[in-house]
Amino acid sequence: MNRNRTGWHKVINGVNISGLFVVLFIVLPLYWLIITSFRNPSNLGSVQYWPNPWSGDNYAQAFKEYDFGSYFIHSVIVTLSATALVLIFGTMAGYALGRLPMRGKFTLMVTLLMISLFPEIAVIAPLYTLEKDLGWLDSYQGLIIPYTAFFLPFAIWILRNYMLGIPKEMEETSRIDGAGPIRTVWSIILPMALPGVFTAAIFTFTACWTEFLMALTFDINLKMIPVGIATFGTPNEVPFGTIFAASVVAVFPIGILVFIFRKFVISGLTSGAVKG
Amino acid sequence: MATVDMEKLNKVYENGFHAVKDFTLDVADGEFVVLVGPSGSGKTTALRMVAGLEDITSGTLRIGDKVVNDETPKERDIAMVFQNYALYPHMTVAENIGFALKLRKLPKAEIAAKVKETGEILGLTEWLDRKPSQLSGGQRQRVAMGRAIVRSPSVFLMDEPLSNLDAKLRVQMRAEVQRIQRRIGVATLYVTHDQVEAMTMGDRVAVLRSGQLEQVDHPQVLYDHPDNVFVAAFIGSPAMNLYESTMSDDAHTVKVGSQTLPLPDDVFAARPGLLRYGGKKVVLGVRPEHLPAAHDGSTGPTLVGNVDLVEALGSELVVHFTIDAPRVTPEGASTDDEDATAKAGEGVARVAPDTKAKVGERITFEVKTEGMQFFDMETDKAIWD
Repeated sequence: MNRNRTGWHKVINGVNISGLFVVLFIVLPLYWLIITSFRNPSNLGSVQYWPNPWSGDNYAQAFKEYDFGSYFIHSVIVTLSATALVLIFGTMAGYALGRLPMRGKFTLMVTLLMISLFPEIAVIAPLYTLEKDLGWLDSYQGLIIPYTAFFLPFAIWILRNYMLGIPKEMEETSRIDGAGPIRTVWSIILPMALPGVFTAAIFTFTACWTEFLMALTFDINLKMIPVGIATFGTPNEVPFGTIFAASVVAVFPIGILVFIFRKFVISGLTSGAVKG
Repeated sequence: MATVDMEKLNKVYENGFHAVKDFTLDVADGEFVVLVGPSGSGKTTALRMVAGLEDITSGTLRIGDKVVNDETPKERDIAMVFQNYALYPHMTVAENIGFALKLRKLPKAEIAAKVKETGEILGLTEWLDRKPSQLSGGQRQRVAMGRAIVRSPSVFLMDEPLSNLDAKLRVQMRAEVQRIQRRIGVATLYVTHDQVEAMTMGDRVAVLRSGQLEQVDHPQVLYDHPDNVFVAAFIGSPAMNLYESTMSDDAHTVKVGSQTLPLPDDVFAARPGLLRYGGKKVVLGVRPEHLPAAHDGSTGPTLVGNVDLVEALGSELVVHFTIDAPRVTPEGASTDDEDATAKAGEGVARVAPDTKAKVGERITFEVKTEGMQFFDMETDKAIWD
């Protein structure tokens, strides 16, 4: 019994150590990013593990010299709008695909999966001409609409899996209690599916926030954060410090979101693994 | 307060599966009727048809004087408790219980008062502000009951409400459910696969098999006078011993394997129809408690078996024995595991604790003639007149 236990402990310790490597792999670049962003822009060439002295110059430059503030606002508007649309449609579609009797569900789900795996680069040229004809280039809707279309399938998958895990008795009880279909979805199913909604929200938010190709192609003058950062500097000079500072600001909202909703995300990702 | 009147209810699914066949049953106001049967017997489907969660293919369902075939669950004014409780996890106990009242747009103060009263009936007062995840299994079960009784429904439906509880709690909750049902005095349909639950709780018990109603009566009547082999085998624990046997030509003795049992006159007085079975095969049934160990003064027929296993329960011994007659096991009356282990000719007897019974030895039982049951081999029906 005892020997067996230590055997298990060894296995668990092994898992922990390999986990540490994974964490280092992710955390070290982040550490480097943050540290560098606070260093003095004039001596970035030398190796420093800790900024000495601390300096906010990089941040000041990003906002003053490069108008990073408006890039940030553009990104917020586009990302929040697209995420909201994805959640509205995704929740309804996820509910229908997960819980309503429907013909051709499987085909629909497979089609969605194929669409979500489709590379952007394959459709970017026709989309460009389409947006040009619509007069949507350099507009918010020029990104909000394609983002919604591109990131909706994945959100539907997450939400559908989550909806599948809710026992059918919940709806039946609610019906017997006297609630109509809409009331049942709103008061019972949706609150129970909230972890799934949060998961879909964070994934969609991150995907929109970091999207580059469409942002570059459709909205070259109405810059989003990734495009904005990419155009920092001149052909002869790459302002690393400013880029790093802007990147820290860009990563910040995602970090906060994940931190606040981490419990939901984990339960959202693991649901459907056990049931359904 | 209302009666439930099920008349020739049928349920045929789209794939052609006939789940409930010509189901006819009345539940009187305030009566507690248990639907019992093996899994797949259609008992839950029947209940869900009453609830309005399954469409009725044909037949008439009345609640009170009103035909409710096409009415929604809400319009039927029923309440239902599910096996997995189906509590709303994001609501507190009080909100769970009050949800139905909130939907009816009752004033807040009235809802609060009713929830409080229900909480008191069920002993949930101190848990009203908790979420279901913070409650034990028994407490969750009571919340599910509370949600059902709070709006004083005219019919109370329960679908295996105790089967998620552990054995000890289940026994406690049986009494609790009965107490609550008596108190609110509402017609109740209760589904279970557990025949002990059915026997102990029901005013009447309806036994179902393959979508058909086999027999409905008071628990003791089902036990003493089963209509057919299935009910005989399904009701009672340990189950009734059922053997294929042959009546003598004059119908005054019955041959079980190699042993011949004389049948005294009181058997024919109770079952005159048995006289017609001279020379024919019948199913002989004897409950374990009607097989005491024979002693010097025993006068009735006796049966000799080989002891396979002895379980000492303190108050009695449960003796598993084997005789050389084929055992009759109607399909669905016992679990597959039980069928697999039941050897041909195996039987069970409950004898006094001081009986000398040793594994591997022979034992002689006295067969209590008042406990002998006879069934037609072809039709499975009990032989009476």
